Amino acid sequence: MFWKKFLHNPIGMIGVIVIAMNIFMAAFAPVLATHNPLAINVAQQSEEPSAQHWFGTDEFGRDIYSRVIYGSRISLYISLFSVLVATFLGVAIGATSGYYGGWMDNIIMRIMDAVMSFPAILLAIGILAVLGPNLSNVVLALGLVYTPRFARIVRGSVLSLKEKEFVEASKAIGNGDAFIIFRHILPNCTAPLIVQATASLAYAILAESMLSFLGLGAPPPAPSWGNILSDARNFMMDNAMMTVFPGLAITMAVLGFNLVGDALRDVLDPRLK
Amino acid sequence: MSLKTILKVEDLTKYFVVNRSLFSAGEVVKAVDGVSFSLMQGETLSLVGESGCGKSTTGRLVLRLIDPTRGSVHYQGQDIARLPADKMRKLRSQMQIIFQDPWSSLNPRMTVKEIIGEGLRRQPGLSRAQRKKMVLDMMETVGLRPEHYDRHPHEFSGGQRQRLGVARALIMRPKLVVADEPLSALDVSVQAQVVNLLARLKRDLGLSYLFISHDLAIVEHISDRIAVMYLGKLMELASKRQLFAQPRHPYTQALFSAAPTTEVGREKKRIILTGDVPSPLNPPKGCRFHTRCPVAQEDCRQLEPEFKLLAPGHWVACHHPING
Repeated sequence: MFWKKFLHNPIGMIGVIVIAMNIFMAAFAPVLATHNPLAINVAQQSEEPSAQHWFGTDEFGRDIYSRVIYGSRISLYISLFSVLVATFLGVAIGATSGYYGGWMDNIIMRIMDAVMSFPAILLAIGILAVLGPNLSNVVLALGLVYTPRFARIVRGSVLSLKEKEFVEASKAIGNGDAFIIFRHILPNCTAPLIVQATASLAYAILAESMLSFLGLGAPPPAPSWGNILSDARNFMMDNAMMTVFPGLAITMAVLGFNLVGDALRDVLDPRLK
Repeated sequence: MSLKTILKVEDLTKYFVVNRSLFSAGEVVKAVDGVSFSLMQGETLSLVGESGCGKSTTGRLVLRLIDPTRGSVHYQGQDIARLPADKMRKLRSQMQIIFQDPWSSLNPRMTVKEIIGEGLRRQPGLSRAQRKKMVLDMMETVGLRPEHYDRHPHEFSGGQRQRLGVARALIMRPKLVVADEPLSALDVSVQAQVVNLLARLKRDLGLSYLFISHDLAIVEHISDRIAVMYLGKLMELASKRQLFAQPRHPYTQALFSAAPTTEVGREKKRIILTGDVPSPLNPPKGCRFHTRCPVAQEDCRQLEPEFKLLAPGHWVACHHPING
């Protein structure tokens, strides 16, 4: 039922294809890459695209095509897992806080407000400064930074949903809080959650590139779209092509997630049919 | 009709605190204020009154969907207002509710089989096939077709959705059903179908209804007894015949005079009440109705009238009952 509807949504299919290409790229990076993404070639620095180097080379003569291919691994890994962390924590916090309410809700949401009042990148930098920069800490830092957005959205939905009569009906039947939350409340929160998750996947890719630029993302020689782009920025005036391809990769990934998110929202919400 | 009491409500009270902030203790809304009545097995007691008079809150208190501020609700002799949560859960299947709004009362993500079968999940020893059969039987009882089994609520009309709500409640085999304005969201032609369905199910299953409504024509059709509520308090409680033939409380009289009638020769004098219903945030002193009462006197402004027995089975809260 769900798949049938989803497969008939052309926009969603375009998104799925784009994301599938990204995943394919990440999974088969060793096959797709033409060069070793880490190999320095002093003789071929900052070259324009050519038959040998499809996307050109960077300041160290590394093949940008191969680096972009391998970069998808780190970018996708960080964005997917940080959003998973944020969704999990946000849903748990938001649902508990909204459903039970009272002073606990007040305290929890004030903490969330406090976290949200920091600029996302600044907070991530702060967390990374404490934990030390490595991949799993980047995931954790971005996950924590994005948690309040999910918590707020879920809490808002829960607050309105828990007053619905079908929730009262379930209570009247004799169901407990856990059943009501998982069966009646959370399934009706999915539409806003999916929109938030797809937007956050996109933000996370961008945030990862910013962190890489500051030396807090993927450790230097390893390629991520962020650090390829930041490296290229210094040479933008001389060789614009260096920035085009990592930028394009980021754009495509963000676009893909957004298209799929929109399509999922349409398909998952039966009232929009 | 047997005369066993299934529900006995005494001094039921619910105050809501609103506008509470860091700097103020908030204000108290007296939604339900000292309501007492009882319901016999197999009986339909209607609770009528204007919007916001506390009818729905009373219904929810009776089922303990919200906790009362004060008072007791004895269900078959057991005070459920003070029952611990785990014991309450065991009792819940025996008392069900049918809601006013057939849109917000059904989870849009669940199918008919999930909505109706939800309550069966907690009953031990039922196989999947047995559950399916019970759901299909109940669907037939309320007039839904078997092909509706896998559909979502948004595929139904208002009347069908209300039947779904009825099925969800009745599959639990309840003894007591609170019907919270189950007809007011429906077209008149559909109202007739649902009201007849409710009447038939009551007969077949031996249900007792607490029927909350503001539609006096339906109330007259379905009730055995009627309770009239105003600003959180009961004004009058009597059998349908007594109340329609001879309302004793000025409010009841005004309320009934406002209901249109199609019967020839039953012309009524309209009693027009002036002013608005006072806010339950700050209800009037004395009798709550005195600000709009056509026969109010000095004592009505000072002293709150007791809810007392005027004639056998006829309770009135008024200092100067009509025709008294």
